[in-house]
Amino acid sequence: MNTEPPVVSPATLSEAYSIMASGGYRPLAGGTDLMVQLEADIAEPPTAVLDLWRLDKLRRVSTDGYDVSIGALTTFAEVRRSPVISARLPALAEAAATIGAAQIQNRATIGGNVCNASPAGDSLPVLLAVDATFDLGSVEGVRTVPAREFWTGYRQTVLRPDELLVQIRFPVDRSRRTRYRKVGTRAAQAISKVVLALSYRDDAGTWRDVRVALGSVAATTVRARQTEAILEGERPVASIAAAAAAALAVELSPIDDVRSTAEYRRSVSARVLHRLLREEGGW
Amino acid sequence: MTAVREGRTAGSGATYRFTLNGEPREVSVPGMRRLLDVLREDLGLTGTKEGCGEGECGACSVILDGMVVDSCLVPICQVDGSDVRTVEGLSDAETAALNPLQTAFLEHGGAQCGICTPGMLMAAQVYLDDGGDADEDHVREAIAGNLCRCTGYTKIIDAIEAAVLARDAGSSSQSSGGRPSSDESSGGKAARDDTP
Repeated sequence: MNTEPPVVSPATLSEAYSIMASGGYRPLAGGTDLMVQLEADIAEPPTAVLDLWRLDKLRRVSTDGYDVSIGALTTFAEVRRSPVISARLPALAEAAATIGAAQIQNRATIGGNVCNASPAGDSLPVLLAVDATFDLGSVEGVRTVPAREFWTGYRQTVLRPDELLVQIRFPVDRSRRTRYRKVGTRAAQAISKVVLALSYRDDAGTWRDVRVALGSVAATTVRARQTEAILEGERPVASIAAAAAAALAVELSPIDDVRSTAEYRRSVSARVLHRLLREEGGW
Repeated sequence: MTAVREGRTAGSGATYRFTLNGEPREVSVPGMRRLLDVLREDLGLTGTKEGCGEGECGACSVILDGMVVDSCLVPICQVDGSDVRTVEGLSDAETAALNPLQTAFLEHGGAQCGICTPGMLMAAQVYLDDGGDADEDHVREAIAGNLCRCTGYTKIIDAIEAAVLARDAGSSSQSSGGRPSSDESSGGKAARDDTP
């Protein structure tokens, strides 16, 4: 049996904020990370848990035409099924489909993936690549933090101990295209060896605001800025693709670990990027 | 709804009420106790198995509000007001007759050592209930979260495909013991809206 810290299940977000303000509570969403941590005894267990599962208002996907908003408690099964996501960011639905299998997707939430802050979080490169922002709420109000500033180190974020992630937003931009690719041991249930999102705005064939975001290659989800600079203002022709792939292999400094080696991650990242560029270029 | 629920010490938890295989149940246990432990230890339903305890193997799969979940990852506080189905609930409550999916597993040799079987059945039952077809890729995806260490996947997939065909032929699906909660599987928790 696992560690069973006391748990509070508030019915409203304002109650949840008050409880978080009192200190010492670890938020619980779908449980697919926290329950494993409690069972495996891999870290000091929290003194108390704040169960967010009843806060159904945080479980929705919507758009006002300018932004898409995803409630933090939206599960990956719901992300996969969402017509808004299918229309506005199919790469996120693809990412959701690679996370665990049905059992995990039915519980794991996008907010949990963001806050767990694992470098292998499979939805995170997509969010980083589309300039997503995170709304962090507390008794003091809501502040918005861009994804690029949210993860500060290995499993570290800018979240204060009294704050909860309540909503993820990204801008609607019909000229933006986003691609996603995950490399793991098998199609389901795999923790990624490399996960990559490529995003750009198509300006009459020329690429603008290019983003290359990767997971499992550094202590946090990262953007490959030098590689982005090579692609910026260009078209995905063979010479540019080759230069970008070579730059990515140089720019990344992954580590060896139980799932893969630094060398494998570096060369596979470059190949994955090259493949996506070739597909986008139609050659 | 809010209550500070004390944990760790046996018996000091809040009371949680849910439907289990069609019957109302209540337990007074720590809120962070795993649904798996409540089923096996507190309620004595040992059909649900523990494999890895970390959401990798699917042996502990149960159906929660119409969705397959790993019961090792669900704390009981999140089950309050919900509908739970375990492998014990598949057969007919009156006659103990196996349901068509269980029968298909028997007929096609879909069980070897048996440890993965309850979880496989629950994942496959959701797939059947949700109208899944006999396409092998779809069946494989439906059980992608369930590991069989005997590696007997071929016969498991055969069994599920046979159960799909039996369902579509309209054979014994009405007498299967059915889903007591199929009409309310979207209830329990509030509706999950997805406003375009």
